[in-house]
Amino acid sequence: MAIRVDTADFDISAEIKSLTQGRTDIGAIVTFTGTVRGKAGDSPITSMTLEHYPGMTEAELAKVEAEALARWPLSASLIVHRIGELHPGDNIVLVITASAHRHAAFEAAEFLMDYLKSRAPFWKKEARPDGTSDWVDARESDSAALNRWQNNAGKPSR
Amino acid sequence: MTNTNATATTTGNTVTLRYFAWVREKIGHAEETIAIPAGVVTVAELIEWLKTRNQVYAAAFDKPDVIRTALDQTHARAETKIGSAREIAFFPPVTGG
Repeated sequence: MAIRVDTADFDISAEIKSLTQGRTDIGAIVTFTGTVRGKAGDSPITSMTLEHYPGMTEAELAKVEAEALARWPLSASLIVHRIGELHPGDNIVLVITASAHRHAAFEAAEFLMDYLKSRAPFWKKEARPDGTSDWVDARESDSAALNRWQNNAGKPSR
Repeated sequence: MTNTNATATTTGNTVTLRYFAWVREKIGHAEETIAIPAGVVTVAELIEWLKTRNQVYAAAFDKPDVIRTALDQTHARAETKIGSAREIAFFPPVTGG
């Protein structure tokens, strides 16, 4: 179980390797990678800058991870979230979940992302080609995604 | 998680206020230290008091429903009591991931 907030990029296969090295209890590994889109709606963006709340970010990610561990039999997990200035195509976030069987790994990865998106204190600012920039608005669909996990230990309603 | 640990009286309590994202940009600085004024018990009351400081704060907190709060780095609600919190943060709804 690990969390990391980093300006540097991540290497998915290296992260999987270090997470699972020497383990023979793992039968399923799921990874989710979030990347920077080149457009906000129909408008092109040139960069995306991620700000966060040092201290609270790590605390919230640790809570989210502990919650996932309480719901699913995970063998290992990792959350990496980048901060600073990123560009279209760059990696933003990585979630890896490992378990003996696939269902727990799939569901826990989705749960981690839904919780992270609505609770971890990160904020995105998008810059446009004309030099202007705007903070990204939170999406209603993200809190809806979170709600489906309420009162449904390990079993989202779809 | 909502902070419900709030039994102590808050008046005169010295706290660090921290601002993030567009709240920080509107206020013009990232943090400051204040003494909680008499009569301010909840997060909502603190926001109302901050709005009375000057035009800048009034503008930044113009729509309190789009401002989120954390007490000692834990998510809080408008009705949450400030209690003995040392650090109070104001920020927009989060947009990570």
